[in-house]
Amino acid sequence: MNMKALYFTAFKSILTKEINRFTRIWVQTLVPPAISMTLYFLIFGNLVGKRIGEMGGVSYMEFIAPGLIMMAVITSSYSNVASSFFSAKFQRNLEELIVAPVPHYVIIAGYVGGGVARGLCVGTIVTLVALFFVDISIQHVGLVAVTVFLTAVLFALAGLINAVFAKSYDDISIVPTFVLTPLTYLGGVFYSLSLLPDFWQGVSALNPVVYMINVFRFGFLGYADMSVPLSVAVMVGFCVGFWSLAYYLISRGIGLRT
Amino acid sequence: MANTEAALVIDSLKKTYKGGVEAVKGISLTVNKGDFFALLGPNGAGKSTTIGVISSLVQKSSGSVSVFGHDIDKELELAKLSIGLVPQEFNFNQFETVQQIVVNQAGYYGVKKEVALQRAEKHLSQLDLWEKRDSPARALSGGMKRRLMIARALMHEPQLLILDEPTAGVDIELRRSMWTFLTELNEQGVTIILTTHYLEEAEMLCRNIGIIDKGVLVECTTMKSLLSRLNMETFILDLAGDLAAKPELLEIESRLTDAHTLEVDVAKDQSLNDVFVQLSKLDIQVLSMRNKANRLEELFVELVEKGKMAGDQL
Repeated sequence: MNMKALYFTAFKSILTKEINRFTRIWVQTLVPPAISMTLYFLIFGNLVGKRIGEMGGVSYMEFIAPGLIMMAVITSSYSNVASSFFSAKFQRNLEELIVAPVPHYVIIAGYVGGGVARGLCVGTIVTLVALFFVDISIQHVGLVAVTVFLTAVLFALAGLINAVFAKSYDDISIVPTFVLTPLTYLGGVFYSLSLLPDFWQGVSALNPVVYMINVFRFGFLGYADMSVPLSVAVMVGFCVGFWSLAYYLISRGIGLRT
Repeated sequence: MANTEAALVIDSLKKTYKGGVEAVKGISLTVNKGDFFALLGPNGAGKSTTIGVISSLVQKSSGSVSVFGHDIDKELELAKLSIGLVPQEFNFNQFETVQQIVVNQAGYYGVKKEVALQRAEKHLSQLDLWEKRDSPARALSGGMKRRLMIARALMHEPQLLILDEPTAGVDIELRRSMWTFLTELNEQGVTIILTTHYLEEAEMLCRNIGIIDKGVLVECTTMKSLLSRLNMETFILDLAGDLAAKPELLEIESRLTDAHTLEVDVAKDQSLNDVFVQLSKLDIQVLSMRNKANRLEELFVELVEKGKMAGDQL
């Protein structure tokens, strides 16, 4: 038997299953980001933003648009894998994969692929919503595509790692509430880092989300608070690190096998 | 050298869980190709742990397992390809449809979607689930869910099918239809390993048997030779008329449980005809007759009890 072909079919099956899952419950997975982004654009962009004026050389609405898109991508890709993988573990249907001849990296790639697919879907929806409020022009299309992809991969991996350790549904909401949301809000979605005092700029440099939003915004506006190559390197570094950790956990059967 | 006639070879398998519980204490077992093998034991004996190790759900502490010559430590994926597992508990996604569940499972084994759809129709039809193919799994009855798990396990056409209590909680009609299905499957060459608490099921279906108790294989033999060890069988006779007292039967122990029900103990070397001849002479007519307990059940209890006594002496 051609094992490479087997692995590819298995990957497609996991990916299709994951895409079917989030599209089946589209009201829970695809609609809420569109609504919350509409509110962000209305309140922060339109009402408050008008009084703020320009930021980074563009209107406030234009400035926050890339960050808001990125925020939706981060939340969606993370929560998709965290909830799907944990449910599969909790309901024991992950056993379907454990007993099958599917290598660990294919399992990770399948679930992460599902998270990335949802992240990109939501990113597209939110971008379409943003177009109602602001004219979006993209300065570096390739960079935007690479950034959104790497960010979705990174947070899908983070969601998977969270799900491996989670023992209850509460455990998969702790990280988004106490880690992800603060990091995203403090990651420069609504403000330019140059507005912060030096000390807080230094602290912000420890926040990985800053780099993602920074390079994503650069792709759209051509404006960046930090070095773009450094930002891309940080994203790649986190992706490699999280992939290695996820692979270690899954191959050791931590939280999955007795 | 690998045993080419063996579907499954387990050698000195041990499993100790984190809390220190020794679930399996050095089991060695061989199941030949084409066999219908019963793995029996009381609750907590180590059956599910053993099956868990074979199917990779449980990490073994030591020992070796090979499936159709593929050692799970060296050729895990090839070993997995040969196994179809029907676990004890429902473990499919309750929100997916019946067809999605089986087609996805086939995909995990590298079966292309076009082929998987054909197989889904075949196996779901065989198990009377084709009409339910678009229903979410949560809408199925308990019996249907059990059949769905069998259909799912067959999607990659495994050579070895392991069923962990497949008929638990299933009504007798459905159980019998599952027996017929499994027998046909075995006749087609699929090796089957079955754990069950219904000893009648094991006796009816299986050719060979292993009995596990407290993590130890206490018996591994053919069903025939095991049953031949039974020295005494008790039959219940339903009588045509009422009896006031127990009839005196020569060399046959008997008890009158009520006025028209007689229990007789028949030794292995005794003929049942003796019982009927003697009863006829006493003008006692028998309407019907049945075993008091399943024969295998009697042996099973005897073996497990023996194990308990040996354990007490240690």
